[in-house]
Parts: sequence; structure tokens; C-alpha cells
Amino acid sequence: MAAISAVGLTKSYGDKAVLRGIDLSIPAGTVFALLGPNGAGKTTTVEILSTLIPADAGSVQVAGHDLVREADGVRRAIGVTGQFSAVDNLLTAEENLMLMADLNHLRRREGRRRAEELLRRFDLTDAARKPVVTFSGGMRRKLDLAMTLVGDPKVIFLDEPTTGLDPRSRRTMWEIIRGLVADHGVTIFLTTQYLEEADQLADRIAVLDGGRIVAEGTAEELKRIVPGGRIRLQFTDAGQLDTAAALFDYATADAEALRLDIPGDNSVITVKAVLDTLDNASVRAESLVVETADLDDVFLQLTGEGAR
Amino acid sequence: MSATTYAVSDSLTMLRRNLKRAQRYPAMTFSVVVMPVMMLMLFNYAFGGALGAGIGGGSYIDYVTPGIVLMTATAGSVATAVGVCVDMTEGIVNRFRTMAISRSAFLTGHVVGSVIQTLVALVLVIGAAFAMGFRSSAGPVEWLAAAGLLLFVTLTLTWISAGIGLVSKTPESASNTPLPLTFLPFIGSAIVPPDSMPTVLRWFAEYQPFTPIIETLRGLLMGTGIGNSGWIALAWCTGLTLLGYVWSRSVFYRR
Repeated sequence: MAAISAVGLTKSYGDKAVLRGIDLSIPAGTVFALLGPNGAGKTTTVEILSTLIPADAGSVQVAGHDLVREADGVRRAIGVTGQFSAVDNLLTAEENLMLMADLNHLRRREGRRRAEELLRRFDLTDAARKPVVTFSGGMRRKLDLAMTLVGDPKVIFLDEPTTGLDPRSRRTMWEIIRGLVADHGVTIFLTTQYLEEADQLADRIAVLDGGRIVAEGTAEELKRIVPGGRIRLQFTDAGQLDTAAALFDYATADAEALRLDIPGDNSVITVKAVLDTLDNASVRAESLVVETADLDDVFLQLTGEGAR
Repeated sequence: MSATTYAVSDSLTMLRRNLKRAQRYPAMTFSVVVMPVMMLMLFNYAFGGALGAGIGGGSYIDYVTPGIVLMTATAGSVATAVGVCVDMTEGIVNRFRTMAISRSAFLTGHVVGSVIQTLVALVLVIGAAFAMGFRSSAGPVEWLAAAGLLLFVTLTLTWISAGIGLVSKTPESASNTPLPLTFLPFIGSAIVPPDSMPTVLRWFAEYQPFTPIIETLRGLLMGTGIGNSGWIALAWCTGLTLLGYVWSRSVFYRR
């Protein structure tokens, strides 16, 4: 059964269309990543799916509830951790969690037990009694997610959960997210502008650009969209680079980095052909690397200037 | 539990949160008390001699205290507007909106919390007035009526400033917008009787809502004549509370 399904979702602000018809079907117990550049409509999508703002058109079901007619049913089933931390800065970590327990109408003892467990799981026990104002960005994000989990949500929305975090905190966050799916079987809807994050976490990825989903599939499927890879040559002087650039039709030269990228794959024949061409022209390259397509290529090919 | 029980328990949760926040950030409550106490000192010790002679006998602190007490309620409204606005600009309100909690709990928690905060400030300011020589002729019934009136006025101002807090983009503008409210008692009968003002100002002073409220409070505390000020004050408070309530709710649900 789909945990989230949406058909024909549209949203405009004034005459600016933000979403131009989004269809989604996300199976329960999976991680779905909505990938896109800034302004693609990622946050708007999360805001609609989490009942914050109404869509202009389209129908949505979240956890078996209609988004419009059973908004409170949806709210009981979801947890949202937005891009901007939704914690009470003047309260302590423990008080923040207890606030969530009260708003989820848990019994006092059950709430206390849940708060303690979450503090332990997120490694915040030592900071439990400190006001959140004193927390680092990483701790704050962890508390934010912990607060989301107090209500035991079946579907969790994470809007750019690691934006602004340092690499170590980002890895910790990834571990936590993986643990949620493995141990608790929740469905996660994640937005990100980091390809690596989508690649690391998501079962399925949709690329959003200009309010439309321009590609959808597993990371592997998406990588196949972009044919081949490139052969990258490194030079030590600009003269050699220029000569080499003239030898290959579709090469792109980077004069600053003294680099030449030639479209091609990692087959021996292709690599040999490149080397032979260089040899015949007596051009000396310093080193050679063969790169296969990665999500970056997919992203750049599908979104922004390149796509239009 | 039924929807009503949830509405009450959610509002109480929000109230507890706001009271805890007020406790953690006492500077805001403090500022609500300090401004009126400074005014009291200024008007009693610095201007009191001259102004007292102008109002024709009687102790000036007895004249000015009811007005300053009312200013405390307006100072409290600044704190409300800032508090609501800070909450709206931080991410936490979006968290509340995505949870299955009673829709009215957020505003109710803020308003009731602010009213309690302002009432504490009112008690402190009235205490300070007594320390400076204010003496009231009121008996228990008059004090009770005065307390009821102050509670109502505070509720009125709090709902209006909750609305101001909701529409303000930044906490700075939320703290500036209610300022005219703070100064409105000056152009009323708070400091001097309006009779001494030029015509236009006097006309405004007589018909603006603070004057009947101050006159009623003064009547209750000092035994001066109330006339129909009491009814006019109640009418103003009822109308403005409804306006503030409806306005705040509609802004909150729209956003």
C-alpha cells in the first residue's frame, strides 16, 4: 500500500506557478528523496503534504487519509522536521520532548519514558537539562527529529535534514535516518539538494525542477539516463592543453585547472583511441582518469540551464 | 477524550509552555513593570509638584496612579505582541500546525499566559504606588470591581496585541506597533484632566476608550464620580475584545 500518493498536485503564488502537476506514489516502509535545486518547489511540496498549506488542485492521500477531508487523521500519522529548526529555544531538551508528549496526549509516565528513550537514542542525555539555546546545530537538529518521533509517526517528512550541518553531524543524521527505517518500518519523505544524500539514503529518487518531476527511479536507474562517462586528462601547461583540445570534437577544456574532459566510457578501445590521438600529435598529458556517470551528471543534465 | 477536553488540555499545555518561557526570559516581564514604575516616579517626584497644583488640590499621586496602572496593561500588550511574533517567526509554530492539536490552543495559551504576566506586573506597580504614598479610599467591593475591570482591559489589549504580533514580520516591528497604544492614555485623563487641553485634543481625549476606563478606575479607587464612564468602558472593552479575538483568529488560520 502506498504511504503517500498524490495525483496532479499544483500550487501557485500569484501568477508564479510553483508546482505544475506532481504525481507521487511512495510505498510504505521506504525512503523517498525529492531532489532538486533551490526554488524547485521541494519545500512547497512538503508543506502541502504535511497539511501546512493547501494545494490549488490535485488529490493526496497520506497514511490512508485524505489530506483535505481528514487533515487531523493525517496529522496524527505524520511527523515533520522542517528546514528551520522547530524547537523551543527557551526550554530544555527534556522540556521540549515533554511538550510534544503532552500535545500527543500521552500519559505523564508514558511521556517521560518516551522522552528518556529518545534522549538516549540521540545521545542527548547529558544535555537533557540544558536550554536549547546553548545547543550546536547538529544537536538542535537531532532534538528536532527526536521531537518529531515522540508521536510515533508512521510517515516522516524531512525537509533538507542536513542542510547547514558539518560533515560529521551529517553522517550521524544519516545513521539515524537509516535506523528509523530499519527498526521502526516508517516511511520517509526526504528533500535534499545533495545528490550524495539521496544516493546514500533513498530507495527511490525523484528529481524536481521548475515545479515538475523530470525524472524518477532508483539511483542506479537515474545514473543510466546519462549515457557514458568521461575521460579526464590533466596537463601541466596551457599550450599542450590547447593543442589537445583541438584534437577532440566534443571535449571541454578547463583552462584554469589545465584539464580536458572527453566524453567516453572506460572501455580499453576508447581509452587507447584517445591515447593514440595524443601520441600522433605528440601531445604530452600528465595523467588520465576515467569517470563513469554519477548523480551529479544526472542532476546537471536534468535541471537548470542545461535542461532548457 | 472528546474534542473539548483536548481543546482544554492543549490550551493548558500551551499556557504552561508560555509561563515557563516567561520565567526563563524574565527581562520581558521586568520591562513591563519597570516602565510604569519609572513613570510613577517621574510624575510623582519630578512633575508632581507642578501638576498637582494644576489639578486643583489633592495629592497628585492619587490622581496619576490609576492612569499609570492602565499604562502597565498597555506595556504588557507590547510583551504579548513580541511573544506571539517571536513564536510565529521561529519554526515551532509550523510544528504545532502539523500536529493533531486543537487549533485554538496556540492563541489561547499565549493570551492567557500574557494576561497572567500582566496581572503580576499590575500588582507590582500598584504596590510601588502604595510605597510612594498612594492611598485609596476603596473598600473590598471597589477593589474587586477594579480588579475585574483591569482583568477585562488586559484581556482586551492582549487579544489586540496578539493580532499585532501575528501580522508583524519581525519582533522589532511587533514591539513598535503597539507603542501608540502605550501613549494613548497620555492623551486622555491619565496625567492631567482633558479640560486643560486645546479643543481638538480635548475632543479626542474625551471620546477615546482609555478615558472612560481611567475615569472608572479612578472612581473605584479614589471615590470620584464615575457617571456613565463605567458602562462606556465596558462597552469599549467588549467591542475591542471581540474585534481582537476575531481578527487574531482569522489571521492565525489564514497563515
